Amino acid sequence: MSAPILEVRDLLKQYPGVTAVNGISFSVPPGICFGLLGPNGAGKTTTIEIMEGILAPTGGEVRYRGEPLGARFREEAGILFQATALQNFLTVRQSLAMFRGLYQRGRDIDELLKLCSLEALAGRDNRKLSGGQLQRLLLAIALVNDPQVLFLDEPTTGLDPQARRNFWSLIRSIKAQRKTIILTTHYMEEAEILCDEIAIVDRGRIIAQGAPGALLRQHFAEVLLELPRADFPSAARSLPLQLIDTEERIEITTDDLDATLRTLIAADVPLRNLRIRPANLEDLFLELTGRELRA
Amino acid sequence: MMRRLLSVWHARNLEFLRDRGTLLFTVLLPLSLIVGMGFIFGGPPRPLFKVGVLGGAAAAHADTFLRTRYVQFLSVASAADGLREVRRQRIDLLFAPGRPPRYWVNTDSPKGYIAEKLLLAADPHARRLPVSGKAVPYLDWLFPGILAMNLMFSCLFGVGYVVLRYRQSGFLKRLHATPLSPFEFLSAQVLSRLSIIVLITTVLYVAVGAMIHFHSAGSIALLLLITVLGALSMIALGLTIAARFASEELVNGLLNLLTWPMMLLSGVWFSLAGAPRWVQWVADALPLTQLLHAAREVMLYGAGIGAIAPNLIYLAAVTLVFLAFGAWSFKWRI
Repeated sequence: MSAPILEVRDLLKQYPGVTAVNGISFSVPPGICFGLLGPNGAGKTTTIEIMEGILAPTGGEVRYRGEPLGARFREEAGILFQATALQNFLTVRQSLAMFRGLYQRGRDIDELLKLCSLEALAGRDNRKLSGGQLQRLLLAIALVNDPQVLFLDEPTTGLDPQARRNFWSLIRSIKAQRKTIILTTHYMEEAEILCDEIAIVDRGRIIAQGAPGALLRQHFAEVLLELPRADFPSAARSLPLQLIDTEERIEITTDDLDATLRTLIAADVPLRNLRIRPANLEDLFLELTGRELRA
Repeated sequence: MMRRLLSVWHARNLEFLRDRGTLLFTVLLPLSLIVGMGFIFGGPPRPLFKVGVLGGAAAAHADTFLRTRYVQFLSVASAADGLREVRRQRIDLLFAPGRPPRYWVNTDSPKGYIAEKLLLAADPHARRLPVSGKAVPYLDWLFPGILAMNLMFSCLFGVGYVVLRYRQSGFLKRLHATPLSPFEFLSAQVLSRLSIIVLITTVLYVAVGAMIHFHSAGSIALLLLITVLGALSMIALGLTIAARFASEELVNGLLNLLTWPMMLLSGVWFSLAGAPRWVQWVADALPLTQLLHAAREVMLYGAGIGAIAPNLIYLAAVTLVFLAFGAWSFKWRI
C-alpha cells in the first residue's frame, strides 16, 4: 500500500465551552476520494479547514506527504469552500487568471475553461453566473494549480439535481486523473457515488470509517421494506417485526424477506405501495447518528 | 394597507435601533461635530485683523497698540518669518515694539491698509517699512485642499471598505488557502490604490488646473513625491482599520471618525491660524495637515524639498507605523 498523502493525527479543536473536534485521526492514501460525513455541527468543516491549513488546531497535527503543512502543501492543494465570493467586475477568465498568478505552476486557463464547461462563459461577469455555473468556476479555481489534493467542502449544496449531476461527472473526471479528493457532503448519494472511503463524524469524533460497501455490509445484513404510514394498520404494529416509525412511512428491516412478507400478508397489510431496497449510506448515517433533529 | 405599512415600519425601526454601531454614530457624529466646532470657532467675537509681533510674547509689551480690541496679536519668532507672512498677506501687519516702534505693511493688502491706520492712531511715531506681495486667491489656496481631501477619501474608504468586503464575503479566506502571504496581499492593495490615486490626482490637477488657470510655483516632481507619500500614509491608515475588523458599522464609524476631523482641522477649507493652540497641535498630528502644508508650500510658494522635509519625514514615518500595525493585526477571516 502506498504512503498516505495526508495524515491526520489526534486532531483537537476547542472553542470556549465547545470541543468541535475531539481526537480525530485518519490517513488518506493518494488517488482516492475520501468522504467526511456527519450531521450539522459534527465537526467535519472544522476538520477539513484544519486539514486545509486555514485553521490552527488546538492539538494534534496534519501531515502532507509526511511533512507538516507548509509552502509545498499550499502550492499543491486545491480548495473549494462551502461559500466563496469572488472579486466584483471580473470575468470568469480574469478570475481564473488572478488565482493562476498566485501559484508557481498550474494549468492553462483555456484547458480549465474546457474541463469545467466554462468556455462559453469566459467573458461573463462573475456576478452574472447561476449557482451551478459559479460552482463550476470555483471548482476551476480550485484546479488552477493542478493540485495533487483537492478539498471539496459541500460542493453541491444548493444546486439543482441537474447541476449536481453535472458537477459529479466533473469530479469523476478529476478522480480519473488520480487526484486525491477530500469531500464533505450532506448528500449520501453523492458520497456513495464519489467516495472510495468515508469517515462518519459525530460530536467531533469518527464513529465509523471504511469503504461505503464494506460499512454497509458490516452494519446491515438485512434489506429494508418501506410502507406508507397510512397503509399500515395500527393492529399490525404488534407483529414480531423490526419496525422504524418515521413521520411518512414505516420501515421494516429483515434478513428473511420471504418470512416477513408472509407475516404482512397474514396480517392483511396492503402491499400495493411496498418498496423493497437494500440499505444505503443514508440508512447507515441515520443508524449511527440518530434520527432526532439536534438543537 | 395600514397594517402592512405599520408592520414593516415597526420591524425597520427595531432593525435600526438594535444596530448599535450605526445608531451610536448617527447620534454621536453630529453631536461631536457641533461640540468640536464650538470649541474651535466659538467663544468671543473673532478678531478682524492679525498682527505679528516680533520679540517674544505680545502681552509682555506695554504699547498702546497691543491693547487694541478685535486685533489678534501673534508672536513671530523671526523677522524673516514675519515678513514672509506679511508678503503672503497671511498676517496684516508685522509689528516690532521699541522706541520708536517699527512695522512692516504690505502695500498690496487692503486689510494691511486698515490695520496700519489703527496702529498710527495708537502710536503716530511708529516707523513704516513697506513691503509688497500678492495674496493667494482663495480658489488657488483651496485647490491643493480639494485634491488632498479627494486623496484622503479615496485611500481611506477605497482600501478600508474593500478589505472589509473581501473579509465579509469570504474572499480573504479563499486567498488564505493559497500561497499568498498577508504582506503580499497588503502590498498589492497599497500599490493598486496608490497607482490609481496618483493617476486620478494627476488628471484632476491637469484638468482643474487648466480650468482655473493654476500653475504650480514649485517642482512638479516634488508634488508627485508629496502625493505618493500622502497617499501611502492614508492607505496605510485605512489598512490599520480594515486589517482586523469585520463589522461594517464599526469600520464605517471609525473611518468617519478619522475623515471628519481631518476634513475640518487640516486646513482644507480655511486656515486654523486663529484656532486655540491645542487644536493646532491636534491638527498637526493629522497626516492630511502635513500633506496639505507641503503641497501648498510647493504649489503656492515654490518651496523646495528642504522646506517641506519635516512634512515628508512625518508622512513616511506614520506610513511605516500604520503598515507595521496593519500587517501585525491582519486577519484573513471573520
